[in-house]
Amino acid sequence: MSTYFLCLILFCVGLYCLLRKRNLIKIIIGIAIVEYAVNLFFILVGYRMHGRAPILHREQEVLNMVDPLVQALVLTAIVIGLATTALLIAIAIRIYDKYGTFDITKINKLKG
Amino acid sequence: MSKMKQDQAGMTLIVKTITRLTVGLILLYGIYIVLHGHLTPGGGFPGGVIIALSFIHLMLAFGKETALKKLDQIRASLFESAGAIMFLSIASLGFVGGYFFLNFIGKGRPFNLFSAGTIPLCNIAICLKVGAGLFLIFVTLVVLSKMEER
Amino acid sequence: MLPLFVIIPLSVAFIISLIGRFYKRTGDILANLASLSLLILSISSLSAHHIGSVSVSVYKVGGWGGFPPLGIYMVLDGLARFMLITLNLVSALVALYSINYMEKYTSKYKFYILFMLMLAGMNGVIITGDMFNLFVFLEIASIASYALVAFGTESEELEASFKYAIMGSVSSSFILLGIGLLYSYTSSLNMADISAVLAEKGYSNIVAFISVLFLMGFGLKAALVPFHAWLPDAHPSAPAPISAMLSGVLIKVLGIYALTRIFFSVIGVGHIVLSLLMFLGALSMIVGVFLAIGQWDFKRLLAYHSISQIGYVILGLSLATPLGILGGLFHLFNHSVFKSLLFLNSGAVVYSTGTRDLQKMSGLKEKMPVTANTSLIASMSIAGIPPFNGFWSKLIIIMACIQANRLGYAFWAVLGSILTLASFMKVQRYAFFGKIKAGLKEVKEVPAMMRLVMVILSIICLVGGVVIIPQFNQVFLKPAVDILLIGKQYANAVLGAIP
Repeated sequence: MSTYFLCLILFCVGLYCLLRKRNLIKIIIGIAIVEYAVNLFFILVGYRMHGRAPILHREQEVLNMVDPLVQALVLTAIVIGLATTALLIAIAIRIYDKYGTFDITKINKLKG
Repeated sequence: MSKMKQDQAGMTLIVKTITRLTVGLILLYGIYIVLHGHLTPGGGFPGGVIIALSFIHLMLAFGKETALKKLDQIRASLFESAGAIMFLSIASLGFVGGYFFLNFIGKGRPFNLFSAGTIPLCNIAICLKVGAGLFLIFVTLVVLSKMEER
Repeated sequence: MLPLFVIIPLSVAFIISLIGRFYKRTGDILANLASLSLLILSISSLSAHHIGSVSVSVYKVGGWGGFPPLGIYMVLDGLARFMLITLNLVSALVALYSINYMEKYTSKYKFYILFMLMLAGMNGVIITGDMFNLFVFLEIASIASYALVAFGTESEELEASFKYAIMGSVSSSFILLGIGLLYSYTSSLNMADISAVLAEKGYSNIVAFISVLFLMGFGLKAALVPFHAWLPDAHPSAPAPISAMLSGVLIKVLGIYALTRIFFSVIGVGHIVLSLLMFLGALSMIVGVFLAIGQWDFKRLLAYHSISQIGYVILGLSLATPLGILGGLFHLFNHSVFKSLLFLNSGAVVYSTGTRDLQKMSGLKEKMPVTANTSLIASMSIAGIPPFNGFWSKLIIIMACIQANRLGYAFWAVLGSILTLASFMKVQRYAFFGKIKAGLKEVKEVPAMMRLVMVILSIICLVGGVVIIPQFNQVFLKPAVDILLIGKQYANAVLGAIP
């Protein structure tokens, strides 16, 4: 149970970073932390007590293994996270190019 | 003069020498991971990432030009699209058996290199897509940040 | 042939990215062919023998069947047919419009790649019957739309795109967390199976928590009022065809469709969720329109109206009576038609005059008659003036409110409609009527394709009211309403339809 709480704390750390930080790069790091917390949660959901990695091998039979489905899901989620992060960083670099700053309070051409 | 400049790009001699030794091995390891994706942990995505890393390694050690000479942006983007089209056509070829994404080739015996039907082919397609894509992301970010220094 | 809805746009996207660099016209031709064939496919999925019963067809991807379901299912039911037609109608017209409009941007083929990826994602969201697959398609569509908002790479566009991408990623994380909890509770990812298991296991606190997560996640995607901050920045910043897509269909497919599918068919709507949705809908309706009145930027004003009209749709759907759901879905269709028309009109104005500021334009009716007349039709339609389509759907929603004895909400809906009329009278007065300004003497009407698209959309606005005539209603709207009305019986319908 405590692992789930640690996972939740990680999620909240990410959200805090997202909401309170003013630097664009730190906000992106916050997004990444939130995503990792969710991925970690998925892995925890799939865990079975004393389970082994779900890999078949010659001359071995796996009796007690963790849920392989969530691991596949997490791989997909990681790939999606990679795409989002790369896009965000590219946009942040272009913003720096235009505004000359990473500070979100100074990037305020849009209002109203 | 241009040769002098070429030598100065990138990192020190030690790094360059080590890179020259290891970069081929990294590439080979990536290919191994891809081809054995259906037997051992790994597959198209991790293998593709390792292959992309070998090029990124080259770029870090020798500078941008050397790496781009091996694989320039246009060719990388062609590889990327080709990988995606290959994956989609493997999936669509499943229609010969009646279903999208059907594994229509004979499965073979488990734990053999030539087994698991379309999975190794899919792994190769994903590897092309991911490897070229990740390399392109890296190159694009480098080019973007170079642009802003000017 | 269900997977074709995903295969066609994806393959076209990758083919354009392979050869679009070398042949300039590839993007135009292939993207238009693809969106047109998708439109034909989606219309042909409607056929006469579906009348009368709840007809569901299921496609097993990869041939994986079994019980509980092992593989990914694609499900085509009344609601999915309705959404597919709405989406592909707008996207086909927008693709036609982009041929001329996108000329001024460099690397036009990249625009088509992203456009097709977004279309593939949205088609996927509609036809999928699997929870995680829904998330994957949703992310494909969202990431493509983040990139499309930043397509012009000017400073405002980048800023809007960054804000949108951050909000979008947070909402995706909430949705993913909800899916994880749902999987841990029901050990299934198939929507129909989840629905069946939930019905068996009964209600518990974890389901309430999952509902809250989904409400936040999809509410952010649909821009319901407490979560609306990104929309007025993101939608106006994109190129006009993309604004039309984003406001016209993206928020509906990723937000409202996914929300109703999950709440009505999978989790099941309780009294609390419905009244919460109703309240949020009414709030969006009023707040959106009040914020819109003060705007002087043409596209920003339209974006605020999107929030307000989404409120109408949500209000209608959350009444959960047959009439209310009919009105909500009908308004969804109408809104995607007239809002995309309005955004395309604003695009035409920007194309010709180069400004979005209403105070800088005047008397454009003289120089741009097609744009002015079509935008007049669209404005009357959105404000709910008979006989345009917006009138009928708003009338049905208000009647449904009265029928369900929610007189307060009916009053707010009428008030919202009047304020909408006021704000569009302002648009017409400043942009198209009056005397032409000195600087605008040289303005020309937009190219032929753009005019054609605007005329087609305005004709749909004019005759859109016929959809509620019983003959059309039977094939188009009624099956969609039925799917939502049977609620959790959806599980049996899908599991019974497995080939």
